[in-house]
Amino acid sequence: MALMTLLAITTIAIVRQRNLFGVVILAGIYSFLMASVLIVLDAVDVAMTEASVGAGISTVVLLGTLHLTGGLELERPRRALLPLFSVATVAAVLVWGTLSLPPFGTADAPIHKHVAPRYLEKSVEETNVPNVVTAVLADYRGYDTLGETAVIFTAGIGVMLLLRRGRGRRKPDGAADDTGAAK
Amino acid sequence: MFAVAAVAILASLALAIARAIAGPTLFDRVLAGNTVGTLAILLLAVFGFLTGRPEFLDLGLTYGLLNLIGTLAVLKFFRYGDLAHDDDAGDRAR
Repeated sequence: MALMTLLAITTIAIVRQRNLFGVVILAGIYSFLMASVLIVLDAVDVAMTEASVGAGISTVVLLGTLHLTGGLELERPRRALLPLFSVATVAAVLVWGTLSLPPFGTADAPIHKHVAPRYLEKSVEETNVPNVVTAVLADYRGYDTLGETAVIFTAGIGVMLLLRRGRGRRKPDGAADDTGAAK
Repeated sequence: MFAVAAVAILASLALAIARAIAGPTLFDRVLAGNTVGTLAILLLAVFGFLTGRPEFLDLGLTYGLLNLIGTLAVLKFFRYGDLAHDDDAGDRAR
């Protein structure tokens, strides 16, 4: 729970921070803390994904974005009550939704009753894969995983097209535009 | 013993985060971020031994590599203002 407190403190600091370099570093700290929380909750694979994507890749990607935009956030335009209200409402609905979940770690929760025993008992004889997680992901949920991979592939193609288009447009203008972008 | 170590790591985690938030210069923040990464590795190891499952130590290696990449990226960006900076190319341009 101390970790959760630190997580909340870091989040508030990220929101209040005006220097975007500091925000990038605090975001890295945030995802290391989040990974620690996930390890305490026994979700080690999710924690490793969080650490690699959150602390590794997105730090680099955010720095690349800073290179294109600039290091200081603009002043806040005005007090916004409506967004605050909608965020608070969504948060209240989410908390209300967690109230009816079964307690953490109970063995007779619905998620452990439905297909999990069958996976655990029969995955070796049905799929010949020694690792149950791999069997579920690549065999029982093969179409699901294929769809996810297609989504990520499409997103990657889109990002590549956008980036290449921007580079092609900037080139004819020469050096003056380059220094403007580096600011 | 491991519980005491975990509490100590949590305390130093709080101190590092305080430095990252308060830190007047960028380098304080970079150093604090690196320290938080190291402390996360230590916490992972101690928690693994605390719950009797030290096989998560392999994940600590991954964290260590990621931590290095993140810190290097920030410092390189701060030094050159660019992530894809090539030192030789810069010398040739000058």
